[in-house]
Amino acid sequence: MTHWVKVAPLNEIPALGARIVRSKGIEIGVFRLEDDRIFAINNQCPHKGGPLSEGIVYGDKIACPMHSWKISLIDGKAEEPDVGQTACFNTKVENGFVYLELKDPELKDLEL
Amino acid sequence: MKLVVVGNGMAGMRTVEELLKIAPELYDITVFGDEPYPNYNRIMLSPVLANEQTVDDIILNTREWYAEHNITLYTNARINKIDRKNRVVYTEDGTSAEYDRLLLATGSKPFMLPIPGKDLEGVIGYRDIKDTNEMIATAKTHKHAVVIGGGLLGLEAANGLKIQGMEVTVVHKNEWLLEKQLDKTAGKMLQKNLEAKGLNFLLQKNTELLIGDTPDANGKCRVKTARFTDGLEIAADLVVMAIGIRPNFALAESAGIYCNKGIVVNDTMQTYDPRIYAVGECVAHRGISYGLVAPLFEMAKVCATHLANFGIGLYKGSVTSTKLKVTGIDLFSAGDFTGDSDTEEIVLHDAVGGIYKKLVIKNDKIIGGVLYGDTTDGSWYFQMLRDGKAIHEIRDHLMFGQDSLGNTGHQGQNKAAAMNNEMEVCGCNGVCKGTIVKAIQDQGLFTIDDVKKQTKAGSSCGSCVGLVEQILASTLGGGYAPPSTSKAICGCSDKNHEEVRAEIRAHKYLNIPDAMKGMAWRTPNGCATCRPALNYYLLSSWPHEAVDDPQSRFINERVHANIQKDGTFSVIPRMYGGVTTPDQLRKIADVADKYAVPMVKVTGGQRIDLLGVKKEDLMGMWKDLDMPSGYAYAKGIRTVKTCVGSEFCRFGTQNSTQMGIDIEKAFDHMWAPHKVKFAVSGCPRNCAESGIKDVGIIGVDSGWEIYVGGNGGIKTEAAQFLCKVKGHDEVLEYSGAFIQIYREEARYLDRTVHWIERVGLEYVKQRILEDSEGRKAAYERLLFALQGVVDPWAERVNNRDKHKEFETISV
Repeated sequence: MTHWVKVAPLNEIPALGARIVRSKGIEIGVFRLEDDRIFAINNQCPHKGGPLSEGIVYGDKIACPMHSWKISLIDGKAEEPDVGQTACFNTKVENGFVYLELKDPELKDLEL
Repeated sequence: MKLVVVGNGMAGMRTVEELLKIAPELYDITVFGDEPYPNYNRIMLSPVLANEQTVDDIILNTREWYAEHNITLYTNARINKIDRKNRVVYTEDGTSAEYDRLLLATGSKPFMLPIPGKDLEGVIGYRDIKDTNEMIATAKTHKHAVVIGGGLLGLEAANGLKIQGMEVTVVHKNEWLLEKQLDKTAGKMLQKNLEAKGLNFLLQKNTELLIGDTPDANGKCRVKTARFTDGLEIAADLVVMAIGIRPNFALAESAGIYCNKGIVVNDTMQTYDPRIYAVGECVAHRGISYGLVAPLFEMAKVCATHLANFGIGLYKGSVTSTKLKVTGIDLFSAGDFTGDSDTEEIVLHDAVGGIYKKLVIKNDKIIGGVLYGDTTDGSWYFQMLRDGKAIHEIRDHLMFGQDSLGNTGHQGQNKAAAMNNEMEVCGCNGVCKGTIVKAIQDQGLFTIDDVKKQTKAGSSCGSCVGLVEQILASTLGGGYAPPSTSKAICGCSDKNHEEVRAEIRAHKYLNIPDAMKGMAWRTPNGCATCRPALNYYLLSSWPHEAVDDPQSRFINERVHANIQKDGTFSVIPRMYGGVTTPDQLRKIADVADKYAVPMVKVTGGQRIDLLGVKKEDLMGMWKDLDMPSGYAYAKGIRTVKTCVGSEFCRFGTQNSTQMGIDIEKAFDHMWAPHKVKFAVSGCPRNCAESGIKDVGIIGVDSGWEIYVGGNGGIKTEAAQFLCKVKGHDEVLEYSGAFIQIYREEARYLDRTVHWIERVGLEYVKQRILEDSEGRKAAYERLLFALQGVVDPWAERVNNRDKHKEFETISV
């Protein structure tokens, strides 16, 4: 089952920054780029599970705060030569609010 | 756009590789090479001749690589005409290609002595795979080889031919071998070693002519004898001329491009025709043509940025060092190793042990040197030479190498060669020497950055970078170009730290977007390396005016707490001078209970650490604690560690605790290039460990001693004595001025020890001790920068609405 959930007003997510969204035991990092595009990925670095939301956002990437792996916010893939991928979620902005698409089976897979 | 590259060698293809890295989609690329092979590593031909490697081993870019990158490759295709008006190049057989940009990388050819007999069969240069194959083939059928020229290439050829089984005589017109790389002493030692390997030498001989045999069935004459100007004749079935190279510029000249002993280029590698660039051995840059690989790579990098239309990067010439690739012979030379009446020399010579080292010094700096027999410190000396580092402080030990400086950490330069493949190099990422060597060889890596990227070695704490560099140097031999320490801040810009800071000052940039725009940053909003550095440079250059950007700070500084491995944080409140009260302790205990803090620990800096705190609890804890932030997360003032001092201690000569409290209060909230730790001890027993702090203060009966540049971290460094002062206020002024100059001049992420290492303690002393006006002014600037700064915890507690980041959203 798919549903869109309201996350927060766009202006409560800092540009080149992120917020943590918690849903049923999993953490999702919701990131805002310089041009106000919003991306959401599972908040765990594929390396050692570092909280990606706490990293530095640049371009369309996030540098993990733990060991500086560079993760693409677009597809969740680690930048070469590192290998790994974290799950991505669809987002949209409507009337100044950020929405996140949650799919139940997907969330189940990610639960700890 | 269309880019045509004439020359499929190391310089041309390196430029293409650099270009693909930064502008992969910009050009349709066509490459013409007159050899039948894809790009190979020309500097490794000598190991091929010496049976140590095969031709396949030295291919750098396979045909598949060209195909993968959509590069059209023509081999066996020599361009003989450039039509600049219509922008077309033509090969000898009429193939043509149009260009918008043309890159000439035509390389060089061996210089052949203009003597009778130079065109006989069996008289060759030493330049490419074809020459190498001819030498190997000749060795199977003939006996006597003569190599004309006792330079690097000649000796490598002679060594290879000997291994292939020939009798080899090296003819050289000078008094000793490698006169461009070695002085007489080292040259003679080299000759002795090579004679022991079975080579023969004829020195101070000029070749007059080469005499041919009777013609064979095809009417071709093979060389038989070489005659010298003094009448001596020797048998010669193969003559290899290795007396130098001449840039290939005939093609460019015929197209009307200005040449002068090479294709003349400016600092952007552009020729007389703005659409045409040139790199490599064919070039004359500021009147110099380089025949070594390291400068070619530097040129390639610069040229690529201009081809990519970034319009940045200048090539300003290269300082080169050389190494002879003859197994079992270690020599290294760089710079001016001859010296003159204005220079000093330090020489170590052990004739029996086969070791000779000479360094030439001018104005307290190494300007050149020769190492023979033991070259392990070559790259260390060369680095100091390139950086122009002052050496008087280590002069006594200089000759004995970097190991003699008493490093107790595991920086470990010089040990690379002795390590076996299983030994760990990078402790952070668990990378062994063998992994690094394999990556360098298999993936054709040439730079530290490549190795870091591919293997992760040296990419975390950085303490093993020196060792990685040694491994790179010893694996690549002459192909290694050591980076200058004034390297670019990161891949987003070509400017180095000093240039960035100078421009921030000159143009008064007050925020990151303006600074990036003004300095033509390549990326829209930088990267995780440059943004924190820029943020610091802005704040330290323009206190109270520049805008702090929280998104350009590492998480710890952004949320004023230390992130832990599980994503929780630690909270360390300020306790000035390490002194606390029962009230504070009760409060801390209550907070620890209320928030169920998993661990309470005393830190190395004499503070109390509450570990395992959830991000959303940080604000609540700070509010309940009602104590200032301890800045335990900051690249800035950390703690002032103190001993008990004269108030209680029976040995104490000074009130060290009060001094520590005063310092910590005076410099509270201070950001710096890296963390700054202080300690104050009340007597020379030094219980606060002042000897390993950025600023260590030791009370003595008559005043206070100030030590600087200590470090107890990765590599233990004892702090060095700066001065002794009488009173309390002087301690603040001197140590404050020291820290302020460090804040203004050190590179971001330099600890005080790294900064002092680079500028020299003499410089620091001059600024602090000799220039009393300057010292007072620096101290004033520090106090000004710290004026009115508020505690970050209290600020967040009082303005919760502005700091939504701390709240987790639940859906």
